[in-house]
Amino acid sequence: MVKLKTEEEIAFIRESSLILGKALAEAAKILKPGITGLEIDKHIETFIKDQGAVPSFKNYRGYPYSICCSVNDAVVHGFPTADALKEGDIVSVDCGVFMHGFHSDSAYTFAIGEVPAKVAKLMKVTKECLLRGIDNAIAGKRVGDIGYAVQNFAESNGFTVVRELVGHGLGKDLHEEPEVPNYGKRGNGSVLKANTVIAIEPMINLGGREVKTLKDGWTVATRDGSPSAHFEHTIVVRSNKPEVLTTFEFAEAEIKSNKNLTYI
Amino acid sequence: MAKQSSIEQDGTIVEALSNAMFKVELENGHIIICHISGKMRMNYIKILPGDKVRIEMSPYDLTKGRICYRYK
Repeated sequence: MVKLKTEEEIAFIRESSLILGKALAEAAKILKPGITGLEIDKHIETFIKDQGAVPSFKNYRGYPYSICCSVNDAVVHGFPTADALKEGDIVSVDCGVFMHGFHSDSAYTFAIGEVPAKVAKLMKVTKECLLRGIDNAIAGKRVGDIGYAVQNFAESNGFTVVRELVGHGLGKDLHEEPEVPNYGKRGNGSVLKANTVIAIEPMINLGGREVKTLKDGWTVATRDGSPSAHFEHTIVVRSNKPEVLTTFEFAEAEIKSNKNLTYI
Repeated sequence: MAKQSSIEQDGTIVEALSNAMFKVELENGHIIICHISGKMRMNYIKILPGDKVRIEMSPYDLTKGRICYRYK
């Protein structure tokens, strides 16, 4: 059952999304070679709590951290670890904020230092996939239209789309109906209604599309060890133009001023 | 945080039931009842407990699935 949100509820989600946008900027501020995932996790958790909000992911179905920190071949749900990040790594920071009873969800993939041209292209394409997916989140269209837009652009660039993990609706729960796969056919799937809040999150692999869950029970990594990129926005489906609630504006401004990161 | 897809997933056979149906444990720990796809029956692909398989499901009924591939 898809829960439609009232304007008031959307305003709450908008507020938590703004904090989330700034939290990702905090990550961009401190990212550098040598920093560990645990340090980023702690920094973001403190930042979110200082704003009077709660990290969504902590204790969600037993997830022990506030962010997902997926490095290189990890697709999503990577645990922040005590291992230092290196020059040339790509790290996806996925975070959620819970405030006034509503969740928001967003992720950004950062390139630390110089990354190979192929990986840079992967990130660029994934980000473009997200934007193309968002363009299709219009009332009256179907979930398959979003999936088709993402899959078509990713595969025409020679990359592959992860099938086992999907985008989702969100609101009072972090995961709600409907499911938003990143693959599909035009005109398939359930119809999108105005005022549905969904998270679109293309997960694109450089190599094969197969993934495996690691022994920790959470981290999802590519089976062939190829790098994977992940971008995510929380949006509202509207009748003419989708409204993007979360923002990369702050994070991208930080990336441009942080010499240790490459803007892609 | 991405959601586990309820449409296409991997799992392991736990138990063989009658009528070519199986109990399958998915990667996220859920146990569901699955039958073999017609294409796999036509090609006589045998399945035993312990095999890794790919499952197709419908988002409307999360307790049943269809086995569409057996990993080597």
